[in-house]
Amino acid sequence: MGHPQNKKQTLYDKLWQDHLVKSRDDGTALIYIDRHLIHEVTSPQAFEGLRLAGRKPWRTDSVVATPDHNVPSHVEERAGGIEGIVDEVSRIQVKTLNENCEDFGIVEFGINDPGQGIVHVIGPETGATLPGMTVVCGDSHTSTHGALGALAHGIGTSEVEHVMATQCLIQKKMKNMLVRVDGELGPGVTAKDVVLAIIGKIGTAGGTGYAIEFGGSAIRSLSMEGRMTVCNMAIEAGARAGMVAVDDVTLEYVKGKPYAPKGEMWELAVANWSRLHSDDGAHFDAVVELKAEEIEPQVSWGTSPEMVVPVSALVPSPADENDATKKAGIERALEYMGLEAGQKITDIALDRVFIGSCTNSRIEDLRAAAAVAKGRKKADSVKQVLVVPGSQAVKAQAEKEGLDKVFIEAGFEWREPSCSMCLAMNADKLGAGEHCASTSNRNFEGRQGYGGRTHLVSPSMAAAAAIAGHFVDVREMQEAA
Amino acid sequence: MRAFTKHKGVAAPMDRANVDTDLIIPKQFLKSIKRSGFGPNLFDELRYLDEGQPGQDHSKRPINPDFPLNHPRYQGASVLLARKNFGCGSSREHAPWALDGHGFRAIIAPSFADIFFNNCFKNGLLPIVLEEEIVDQLFTEMYAEEGYELVVDLEEQVVIKPNGETLAFEVDAFRKHCLLNGLDDIGLTLEDADDIRAYEAKRREQAPWLFDAVK
Ligand code: SF4
Repeated sequence: MGHPQNKKQTLYDKLWQDHLVKSRDDGTALIYIDRHLIHEVTSPQAFEGLRLAGRKPWRTDSVVATPDHNVPSHVEERAGGIEGIVDEVSRIQVKTLNENCEDFGIVEFGINDPGQGIVHVIGPETGATLPGMTVVCGDSHTSTHGALGALAHGIGTSEVEHVMATQCLIQKKMKNMLVRVDGELGPGVTAKDVVLAIIGKIGTAGGTGYAIEFGGSAIRSLSMEGRMTVCNMAIEAGARAGMVAVDDVTLEYVKGKPYAPKGEMWELAVANWSRLHSDDGAHFDAVVELKAEEIEPQVSWGTSPEMVVPVSALVPSPADENDATKKAGIERALEYMGLEAGQKITDIALDRVFIGSCTNSRIEDLRAAAAVAKGRKKADSVKQVLVVPGSQAVKAQAEKEGLDKVFIEAGFEWREPSCSMCLAMNADKLGAGEHCASTSNRNFEGRQGYGGRTHLVSPSMAAAAAIAGHFVDVREMQEAA
Repeated sequence: MRAFTKHKGVAAPMDRANVDTDLIIPKQFLKSIKRSGFGPNLFDELRYLDEGQPGQDHSKRPINPDFPLNHPRYQGASVLLARKNFGCGSSREHAPWALDGHGFRAIIAPSFADIFFNNCFKNGLLPIVLEEEIVDQLFTEMYAEEGYELVVDLEEQVVIKPNGETLAFEVDAFRKHCLLNGLDDIGLTLEDADDIRAYEAKRREQAPWLFDAVK
C-alpha cells in the first residue's frame, strides 16, 4: 500500500502515509499515533486491561488526560474539587482517572487545574494537538483536531488500551471525500450552520467509511475555531475523521501555544507542515459541493442531526417522504419531539438553552452569544440558560472580556468548564418533554436528559432563542442592534 | 477475547434506522469503571417505562410491554436484526458491552457506523452487513415465525436461514482471524514491536517537536 512518491495525494493520503508503520497483506495497516487524549469515561477499563496483562504505556509523553464528561459545572460544587463531587459514581470515575494517571506517569489536567477543559478544546488551545499529527481519543468528537491539518478520530476503549500499549492502531485506509463550500457566508451565518447544512445534505451516514476534507473558499475564510466546529461534527455526518488543510490561519493560530514548537524547531515544523494540503488534481472518491450564499441559520427539528432545516422553514411532513424507513423515522421523531408537521420553526418555544460543548464553547462562540445577549434579557418562559465555557482558559479569557457579566445580566448562568448538558452526565439536564436550544452536536432521544428534546443551533441562534423564548432568525436581532 | 466460530440463536428485531449508541446504552450507565454489568440497561429508555439509574434493582422496574425485546417470543435471542447505520454517534464501547451482556452474539444490518462496527470485533461480537433487501426479507420471516433461528458461521462466512438457504457475507481477513481464534490484538501488534521502534526513531529525527513536549 501507500502511494508512489509522484502520485498526487490528498491531505488524508499524506497523513496516512506519514504514519504508516507497516502494511499487512490483509489490507490492514499499523498506524503510529502521535497524540493520545484521554478522559474519565472511556479510559478506566483500558487501564484495567493494561494492569491485568502487566503492560505499560509505550510512550507516556504522548498522552494527555483531563476529566470533562462528568465533572460538575456548578460553581459551588466544583469548588470542592474531586471530593466535592456529589454524585458518588461520578466521583469514583474522576478519581480513578486521577489515580491511573499517577500510577502510569501520565500528565493530567485535573478537575480544577488551569489547563482543564473539554478534551477537544484543550488539545488545540495548548498546542498538545498540532498539524500533521495523528490524534486519537476514546471519544467520537476527536475529529475536531482535524481542523489543524491533523488525522484525528475517535476510538473505542479496547483501542485506547491498544494505543497505550503499542502506540499504534490497526486501521484500514478510509476513502477520500471532499466537501467543498465555496462563496461567502452571509452575515449571521456561522461555522455551525455550515456543518449542519452539510449534514442535512449528505445525511448522518453520508460520510461512513470516508475521511472528509473540508475545503473551498467559505471554509478557508473561517477562523481556526470555526474550522474546529465544522470538523467536530464530521462524525455526525458519519465520518470518523474531518480535516482542513494547513494555511496561514492555521500557523498563526498554533504559533506561541504552550506546547507548540518554538524557535528553530518552529521553523522546522512549519517547513514540514507546508505540504499538508491536497495536491491539485488529487483524487477524491466523492465530492460534495455547497454554495455558501445558500446557507441560512439552521435549526434541527428531529432526533438525528440530519433532521435539520433553515430557521425560515417549516417542520417537514412524513407525507412528503417516499422511503418507508425514512417516513417512519420522521413520524417517530415528530412524536418524540412533540411537533406538528408543517409547524413553523420559529413557533417552537424553548424551556432551556445550552451554550457549550466541544462544538461551540470556545471564546469566539461565547463572544457571538454575548453580542446577542448584551443589553437584553432572557424570556421569562425560558427556565434556564446555561453558558458553559469549554476550558479554564476560555473561562478566564471570557471573564477578562466581561462576557460573564453580559450573560449574568441577561439572566443566563455562568458555569464551570465541562461537557455539562451536551450529554447530561453531570447534574445539568433537561426534564422530560422540555425543548432546548443547544449549541452541542447531538439531538438523539434522551441525549440531554430523559425525554428531553434537543434542537441544535449556533451560539448566536441559541442566545437569540433565549431572549425571544422561541426560535428567531438571529439576523433580525443583529440588524436591530 | 472470546472466540466466535459458529453460532445458532433466535433472532430479535431492532426495527429502526440510525440507532445511536446513546439509545443502546444511555450515559448515566457510563459512569461505571467496569467492562461488565451493562446488559440489564441495553436499550434502557425503550425497555423500561421509567428513567433508569446505575445500581438499581432492574427487576423491580416497570417494563415497556410494547418493546419487542420484552416479548416472550424474543427471550434468549442472540442474533439482533437491525436497520441502516446501526451504532451511530458516540464511540462508547459500552454499547457492544451492553449488547454482549444481554446475550447477543451477532448483529445483522444493512450498514453500521464505523466506530461501533470496529468496537464489536474487539468484544467477540460479530456485526454482519447484508444487503438491505435481504435484511428486509429476514425481518419479514422473523416476524412471521416465532422462534425464528439463524445460524452464523464465521469460518464459512454465511448466515444460514431455517429453510437451509445461505446468505454470504464479507469480513476482513484479519478481523476474522482474530475472532475465530479469540486473539488479543495487542499481543499481535507487539510482535511488530521492532517495526514500531524503527518507525519511531525515524519520526523522532524528522519531527522532533512531537516528542517530549508534554511532560
Ligand atoms: S462536549 Fe459533548 S460531544 Fe464533546 S466530548 Fe463532551 S460529551 Fe462529547
